[in-house]
Amino acid sequence: MLQILGPTLVVLGLLTAGLYFNKLQSTRAVLDTLASPIFWVANLPTRVSEWTATHIQSRSDLLEGNERLRRENLILQGRSQKMASLQSENVRLRALLNSSALVRDDVLVAELIGVSPDPERLQLVLNKGEGDGVFLGQPLIDADGLMGQIVEVSSGISRALLITDVTHAVPVQVNRNGVRAIAEGTGALESLEVRHISATTDIREGDLLVTSGLGGRFPEGYPVAVVINVERDPGEVFVRVLAAPTAALDRTRHVLLVFTAQQSQED
Amino acid sequence: MADRGGHGYAAIFLTFVAAYVLAVVPLPLWLQWGRPEWLALTLIYWCIALPERVGVATGLLVGLGLDVLEGAALGQNAFALMVVALLALILYQRLRVSGLWQQAAVVFVLVCINQLICQWIQNLEGVSVVPLLFLLPALSSALLWPVVLHSLRGVRRYYRVS
Repeated sequence: MLQILGPTLVVLGLLTAGLYFNKLQSTRAVLDTLASPIFWVANLPTRVSEWTATHIQSRSDLLEGNERLRRENLILQGRSQKMASLQSENVRLRALLNSSALVRDDVLVAELIGVSPDPERLQLVLNKGEGDGVFLGQPLIDADGLMGQIVEVSSGISRALLITDVTHAVPVQVNRNGVRAIAEGTGALESLEVRHISATTDIREGDLLVTSGLGGRFPEGYPVAVVINVERDPGEVFVRVLAAPTAALDRTRHVLLVFTAQQSQED
Repeated sequence: MADRGGHGYAAIFLTFVAAYVLAVVPLPLWLQWGRPEWLALTLIYWCIALPERVGVATGLLVGLGLDVLEGAALGQNAFALMVVALLALILYQRLRVSGLWQQAAVVFVLVCINQLICQWIQNLEGVSVVPLLFLLPALSSALLWPVVLHSLRGVRRYYRVS
């Protein structure tokens, strides 16, 4: 009887401390560090296949890829020619408007070393931790948009919660007209739900939603999602708006951790 | 002889490590809901094979490890696996003499219970999405039971764990 009672008390204590008092953050950080070898081993097959894909490649493939990148680079350079003058103009205009100057955010590249095996928890495990300056609540982006935020940091690895997780919500605004809203995760990787939009609000399919910067967690102006469906039901108080995240949440292997100027100052 | 005892613990430990790796190996999206509960299977096997050494406390320790890997609330899988271990300990004498697919049927029920407890604790936390799909691992675990049984029995005989 004691053999059962002891462990039961331990587990109930842990669950209560974790779920209702949020006391186990530091313990988890230590345990996560211990768990990182398991992720490393589980990730080996992917690494090997990736290594062979990059190292065993035909000469013609390489030349072709090189050519493509050259072309892409030319186009991007062309686009960025006017960037300098536009940027200084932007600074001048913001000064005229008396608003604070926009500071460019620094980023850190992190590699994905695992995803949560539980399909109901949309979490990623990254290979950067406290030692690299990663902090709780740090925003995570990829080339196309916002991905999520850091929810657990240990010394060598960290865990990120994706924006589509059911426990996640992000303040957004419509890029076209500045309408503010909250985009909540639905648990499915390909959709977000924009909550509490009244029937008269100007929002339509194809609108780009960007982070609004309200709430102070995510910096302003990163693309989050594109509205794919607006359902106006006269019997409902709010319009049902669904949006598809712009970031490739299930395909990216490298992600960017954003250091905003404000948060860096706090450190 | 004392050496052999230590050896036994190492072998048991390694099978659990292998189960952990299988539990987090990346799977394609369409397979994700059907991922077998490798830890529950391994735990059930050792409870049947060595009921005097593996039991509720093992379930607790092993489950805590899985909680850390899954990013679940600490204690979620620990609690579920403790219950699984307890039931396996109650049933082990019957399981030893029953046929392979009868065992698989019991495994199905045990993993169902495991999944239900996990789901219940996740609901307390506010995480829950798809109804009944979470029972799919029970089916895949039961179908894989013969494979797990034979490979773990192989390990046990090879290292003479008793």
